[in-house]
Order: sequence, then structure tokens, then C-alpha cells
Amino acid sequence: MNSLIEFFNALGKYDFLQSALVTAIMVGIMSGLIGSFIILRGMSLMGDAISHAVLPGVAVAYMLGVNVMIGASVFGIIAALLIGFVAANSKIKTDTSIGVVFSAFYALGFILISMAESATNLHHILFGNILAVSDSDIMTTAIVLGIVVMFVVLFYKELLITSFDNTFAKTYGLNTTAIHYALMLVLTLVTVSALQTVGIILVVAMLITPAATAFLWTDRLETMLVMSASVGVISSITGLYFSFTLNWASGPAIVLVAAVLFAISFIFSPKQAFFSFSKRQRTKEAAATQTAEEIVR
Amino acid sequence: MLTVKNLTVAYADTPVFADVAVHFNAGKITGIIGPNGAGKSTLIKAILGLIKVQSGAVDFSGKTLKEVQQAIAYVEQRKDLDLTFPINVLDLVLTGTYGRLGLLKSPGKKERQAAYDALEQVGLEAFTKRQISQLSGGQLQRVFVARAIVQQADIMILDEPFVGIDMKSEQEIMTILNQWRDAGKTLIVVHHDLNKVSNYFDELVVMNHGIIAEGPVEEVYTARNIERAFSADLSNVLFATKEGASA
Ligand SMILES: Nc1ncnc2c1ncn2[C@@H]1O[C@H](COP(=O)(O)OP(=O)(O)OP(=O)(O)O)[C@@H](O)[C@H]1O
Ligand SMILES: [Mg+2]
Repeated sequence: MNSLIEFFNALGKYDFLQSALVTAIMVGIMSGLIGSFIILRGMSLMGDAISHAVLPGVAVAYMLGVNVMIGASVFGIIAALLIGFVAANSKIKTDTSIGVVFSAFYALGFILISMAESATNLHHILFGNILAVSDSDIMTTAIVLGIVVMFVVLFYKELLITSFDNTFAKTYGLNTTAIHYALMLVLTLVTVSALQTVGIILVVAMLITPAATAFLWTDRLETMLVMSASVGVISSITGLYFSFTLNWASGPAIVLVAAVLFAISFIFSPKQAFFSFSKRQRTKEAAATQTAEEIVR
Repeated sequence: MLTVKNLTVAYADTPVFADVAVHFNAGKITGIIGPNGAGKSTLIKAILGLIKVQSGAVDFSGKTLKEVQQAIAYVEQRKDLDLTFPINVLDLVLTGTYGRLGLLKSPGKKERQAAYDALEQVGLEAFTKRQISQLSGGQLQRVFVARAIVQQADIMILDEPFVGIDMKSEQEIMTILNQWRDAGKTLIVVHHDLNKVSNYFDELVVMNHGIIAEGPVEEVYTARNIERAFSADLSNVLFATKEGASA
């Protein structure tokens, strides 16, 4: 309890902690939203790949002194295109193509980073350093959040149908390739934002774990998106609190909280029906709908 | 009306069919029959632009696929969909309105009503709120038919729509198809039950790695064509009684 009060005191006192909190919340929302589509499209591996593939972009941005966002986005998109190109033009399946491309990018990133900057920086990139976000970082994160929310709201229909039934989307003339690469671009932006809070290695957890948690609770996509973003936010805030009080690295702290929320959902959610109680409940419901069906017929 | 010219499709090196020309008329229900692997689904996918073709063109009453795309409804033969996807029956049918809504517009009250009406037509109005994994195979197939209904398409292509569907639902769907035929739409149905051919279709295309025959059912559904596409045995079984009676 004491530590909670301390945390709130510190929040009032220190700008860096406020900045950290605001960033963590924004990253929680955006990764929850985009992560939902990533898991529904069965692209968890792709999410992991893109998050690793931005590393050389980060290094190049440091070297040239340009915005990290730009460097990372360029490499994220190149990786996505390359993965698609290799899979489409050979017998190799997409998951293999992902493995080849992202490990090469990651390796290149390591070498470039070691040429560009000191080792501490690499540590921050890999594991996140949320207590060191600058005002310009906050601005960039806010812009990315704006882009993500706009993208999901404006193209909700298209994201839904390409995730659920891509062939159908093609038959009515939707440019499904454009939607795919737009999502990859937005995913790259989210990845770079999440880099600050959880680091490259754990970005994939922020994308997948909150979304997977929400998926266990609901049968509606809108609800899933809201829940996933909420789980992302709760994990971010709680993780930040543990990071501050126990002096844990922010990334692992946030990701562990998300994992605990997932574990709780796994046990108690109605879809999972892990407990026999909820199982019984389900059979009862099924029986009820059965009779309703028979009445209708 | 839909005309296919010089169509060649190959998955690997050997073509599934080469230089196919075939014609589908508006205001008719055209059946496509042929043995497994004959290239029926391939022909349809090529028409819809879903697979690469080696050569050939498809003409939609003087228009290109791009121009008429939104006015085509398609029910796939076998869908490997993620049935756990967070979507219920009504929302799935609602996706049939996405094409005409275009980008940036969301379905509203009118579209929801249309989706509900379509579900009523296939007898599934009691299931609107169900998540799709909680349906039987036949019910799910009817949901896809409902989505095709909602598309209000001029051209409707169904690849074995009746697989796993009970007789009553099959009859109801045929009634809907007949109404559309009378409204002048172009209907194409791939079908496996040869006993229904004369009942269901106005025109028929018989395939086996190419077109064996096409035209009005009375002219095309003959012992000779069935023998060429399938086998002499099957032809004998199907036509034995008929020929016996006429002899
Ligand atoms: N994706 C694919 N890759 C390679 N070959 C394929 C592919 N799809 C189909 N084929 C082959 O092309 C041929 C035609 O297949 P198609 O699916 O068009 O047959 P069909 O007439 O629809 O058969 P069915 O009655 O079983 O549905 C078959 O020999 C099949 O093995
Ligand atoms: Mg087929």
C-alpha cells in the first residue's frame, strides 16, 4: 500500500514518470488494437519478425541523425515486402521466409548498432527504457496513436473482412494487398513506439498477449478491440508501477503483468471453460439454445 | 451474360484445361457438372480473377471484371475459414454489403435489415446472434448463401452450394435461385447430384479438363456426354431406364 502512495507521490513530483506513464498508456492502446488484427490473421510470427527487423533502421537513424520512426519504418516495410516476395516467388512457405528474413535483418541491426552507438543504448533498445522518454518521443507516440486509431476506425470493415475471409474481399474488388501492407506499415510504427516501453525483444508480447486475453472473453470484434486496448493499458500502468517500486526493467515488468492477466483469463473466461463450473454452465446454455431452435423449427 | 474466351489455366506445368471457350446466359440457371478434378472450381476462380491464368479473357456483357466485380456474388466450395473468429451470423451476412458500401462507409440500419431479411430467406433468422462456430455445417453453408443474397448481385456463382444441406433447405435455396433467374440474373451452379440436373438447370456445361458440351439441358444432358465426361457405367446407370422406356 505504502509503495502505491509513494508511486503516486512520485508521479506528481517527477516529470519523467509522468512522461513514462503517458507513453505507456498510449503504447498499451495502440498495441492492443493492432495486436488484435495480428492474432486474428494468424500473423503473430509476422509481428515478431517486423519488430526485430526494425533494428537496422534504428541504427541507421542514429547514424544519420534522423527520426528513429523514419528509419525503422523503412526497414519494417522492406522486411515485410521481402518476406512476401520470397514466399510468393519460391516453394518456401511464409513462416520459413519470415524466419530467414527477420534473423538476417536482426543480425544486420546488431552490427550497425555496435558501429553506431554505445552498448547501453543497445540494452535500452532491446529491453526498453521507459523512464527516459523525451518530450519529442511523447509527441511521436501521440501521432502514431492518432494514426493507429484513425486506421482502425476508418478501415474497420476492410480489416475485418480481410482478416476473416480474404478471398471474399478479393471477389468484391477490395485491394487486399494494399490493406495488408498498410497494416504492416502501421505495425512497424507501433513497434517503434513500443520499443521505448518494452524494447524490441518484448514488443511481440505487447501485440499478442493483450489481444489473446481479450479474445478469450468475447465473440465480438468491437468488444475484443476495446478489451485488448484496455488490457494493454492496465498492463502498462501496473508494469510501470512494479518497475518503479521494485526497480525492475520496465519491459519485462509490463509483459509479465500482461501474461498474468492472460493466465487469469485462461482459467476463468467463458470461452476457455477451464473450470468444470463454467463448463457445466456452457452445456446448460447449449441445451437452452437447442430447445429454442426446436421451438423455432 | 458472361463469355469466356481461349482460357488456359495451369497450376504446375500441365494445364488443368487449355483454350476453353464457354458462355453463360442471363436469365438462366446454368449447371456445371464433371468428375472430381475436372477443373470446375478452377474455371470459376479464373472467371473471378482469383487465380493466375496463362491466357484468355472473360467478357461480362462487354465489360471487364473490374467494372462488374461488385455485382458478382460467389459461394466457395469449401472454405477453410477460422471459425473461432469473433463474428456472429448477422455480422457475417452483413459483410455482403461491404462491396457496394465502398471504402469509409459503415453498414447502417438499411444494411442490417437486408442482412436479417436474407437470413429469414434461408430460415436462419433465429441464429442472428450466434458465433459462427456454434452452427452446424449445413447451417453455416446457408449463412454463406444468405451473404450472397445480400450482395444483390447480377451474377451469382455457387460452387457446390448444396453439400451438407438438407433437402428442405436445398429446395428453399432453389426457389430463391429461380426467382433470380426470372429477374434476369446470370446464375452458375456447380453441382454433383446428376439426378437433379434436369430439374434444377436450364442450361448445362459438362466438363472434364475442358468443355465436353454446353447448351440447353435437354440437348446436353445425354448418355453420350455423360459417358465422355464420367464413364460408360455411370451413363448406363443414369440413362438405362430412359432409353429402355423409349426403346
Ligand atoms: N491450388 C492448386 N494447386 C495445384 N493443383 C491444383 C490446385 N487446385 C486444384 N488443382 C488441380 O487442378 C485440377 C482441377 O481442380 P478443381 O478444383 O478445379 O476441380 P473440380 O472440378 O472443382 O473438382 P471437385 O469436383 O473435386 O470440386 C485437379 O486436378 C486438382 O488436383
Ligand atoms: Mg470444385
